[in-house]
Amino acid sequence: MSLEREQAKAARWFLTPALLLIGMFFFLPVVAGLLLSFTDFDIYAVASPDRVRFVGWRNYADLLESDTFWSAVRNTLYFVLVGAPLSVLVSLATALLVNTPGVKLQGLFRTIYFAPVVTPLVAVAIVWRYLYHPRYGLLNHWMEAVGIDAIDWLGDPRWSMPAIILLAVWKNFGYNMIIFVAGLQAIPRELYEAASVDGAGPWWRFRYITAPSLGPAFLFVGITTMVGFFQLFAEPYVMTQGGPLGSTRSLLLLMYEEGFRWWRLGVASTVAVLLFGFTLAGTLLQLRFSRGR
Amino acid sequence: MLFGAGALGCVGGGSEETTVVRFWAMGREGEVVEELLEEFERQHPRIRVDVQQLPWSAAHEKLLTAFVGRSTPDLAQLGNTWVSEFAALEALEPLDEWIEGALEPESYFAGIWDTNVIDDVLFGIPWYVDTRMLFYRKDLLAQAGHATMPGSWPGWRQAMEDVKEIQGPDRYAILLPVNEWTQAVILGLQAGSGLLADNNTRGAFAEPPFRRALQFYVDLFRAGLAPPVSNNEVANLYQEFARGYFAMYITGPWNLGEFERRLPASMADQWGVAPLPGPNGRSDGVSLAGGASLVMFRSSEHKAAAWEVVRFLSAPKQQVRFFELMGNLPARREAWQDSSLTRDSRVAAFADQLDRVVATPKIPEWELIATRVQEHVEHALRGTTPVDSVLVRLDAEVSKLLEKRRWLLARSQADAGRP
Repeated sequence: MSLEREQAKAARWFLTPALLLIGMFFFLPVVAGLLLSFTDFDIYAVASPDRVRFVGWRNYADLLESDTFWSAVRNTLYFVLVGAPLSVLVSLATALLVNTPGVKLQGLFRTIYFAPVVTPLVAVAIVWRYLYHPRYGLLNHWMEAVGIDAIDWLGDPRWSMPAIILLAVWKNFGYNMIIFVAGLQAIPRELYEAASVDGAGPWWRFRYITAPSLGPAFLFVGITTMVGFFQLFAEPYVMTQGGPLGSTRSLLLLMYEEGFRWWRLGVASTVAVLLFGFTLAGTLLQLRFSRGR
Repeated sequence: MLFGAGALGCVGGGSEETTVVRFWAMGREGEVVEELLEEFERQHPRIRVDVQQLPWSAAHEKLLTAFVGRSTPDLAQLGNTWVSEFAALEALEPLDEWIEGALEPESYFAGIWDTNVIDDVLFGIPWYVDTRMLFYRKDLLAQAGHATMPGSWPGWRQAMEDVKEIQGPDRYAILLPVNEWTQAVILGLQAGSGLLADNNTRGAFAEPPFRRALQFYVDLFRAGLAPPVSNNEVANLYQEFARGYFAMYITGPWNLGEFERRLPASMADQWGVAPLPGPNGRSDGVSLAGGASLVMFRSSEHKAAAWEVVRFLSAPKQQVRFFELMGNLPARREAWQDSSLTRDSRVAAFADQLDRVVATPKIPEWELIATRVQEHVEHALRGTTPVDSVLVRLDAEVSKLLEKRRWLLARSQADAGRP
């Protein structure tokens, strides 16, 4: 037996445990979920398996013509398209700030900005509910102080999603900030010095040195943030339970409700498959965009 | 937790003759019932009750998971709207034979008892009851020229208009949170709607009774008698009630204690509890049959012992103690004769309403349908769509949700028809 084949055999042995685990706990459930989306598995089926019917594409057809589903799609896209870029921009801005040479207490600022990421969301949500309180909240108090009318942040369907976005951006920007800081620190100082000597101001230095050097970090941050934001769940689950008027019900929250509140696991799986489709499409778009550049 | 409970059961079973009854109870009931059961264990030295406390928010999921994992307890507290679901799962022990010679259905409120009877089979024994009544500001009603709360819809509406008159533009006659389905459903039941039709296989919301009720309901908002706000938009219910933001509110017995505790002392005698008005008068002023029941599980191996616990907790004396410990209203009529219930006129008022309660449709899909009712009614309230078209759409959606049920019924009928 050649050395190569011997090695391949050894590699297979080493890979088997991991592949088995992934197969059992990842691929099998995924396939089961996909199959489930073509059935009407529900509470009656939990009682006895002969009450499951194969329904073909009916779950998909029903969902695609239901207002609830499309409003969840709109809410999720709203959250992703507004929230994700905002989150990336805030991360980049704070990364630039805490990385400015000569700023004191950089470590302290990084820790402060990172703190929301590691704080449990439920605790955060309770505090933010006070901040957002229509009559006694700090946010409205400040706005009234400068002459802006108070907003019923979580009770008004027009403002509930911006309120959730604000919370989510605040909660998550620290993580991306750290990645940007790492990217910034990898840029050689000499480039900036040379640019300064050539007379480039701060904007030009950012445009032609910082931004291109951060390319890979941008791609990584962009994709992970988008994928993460597509999975919006905990914030509305804790803050609004999807209301008012379903304005903060995301796809994942809809899936949770269908699956674990109403036990319509067939429909819930269908939502999951569709959500997977959306996320995949978004990721491919982003990859193509970044390759084209 | 499940595993822990199983392990405990084994330890108890080791001492030969002691039977361990695993009892799942929700929320604060879970704490309080342990106090009640101390006496039970003294009376029954061979039975030990192992109470597991479940938070309400996780209880439903946990019970279902336990059913799938074949680890249901012997005995559990079940919200009475959940009974139909667990009966459909065939998880519950039918109790018709157990009650013979032990409990009389007549000693319970008929509407509450009925929530536990699914297709003529009894699956639960009412433990405590709950229903909705009209909490109102006596002083504001009196100022508006009404000494007592009217009993019919027209009188009630007039009273609301008179109250609104003295309230002015920023205050309202009644608070009906738009994120709750209960008020619209109660009014529908009062107007004689069955909510669902044809053996609960399709919606009956577009039919005249419910349409009439919803029109009455929506008009309260259009006339400015009720503010179109949800629960979370009312910052502090008790403060707002004391301040007069609204003068009436439809709510349940859990708020009796809250109102007493949280309203300022000057308010103590200014609020009352009235039975719900009906379309033509008090007699059709029905309300919801709520509360919790005790159920035994079919797979239990200690049914006899579990039944002893049910009997013990159903005794009028224990029902009164339960009320004294945490304010849960007794399901047994005898318990209502006790002075601890009769001395408070607001509590006593509930006995009157409990004679006129009806169950919502007893099918597993009901809770989902109820949320759909709320969503569609909210659309009508916000003034975007007329009542009629809202109800037609609601019926279409509800009938779709019930498709599985139609199929199951058709199949079981076909099976029954076969020789």
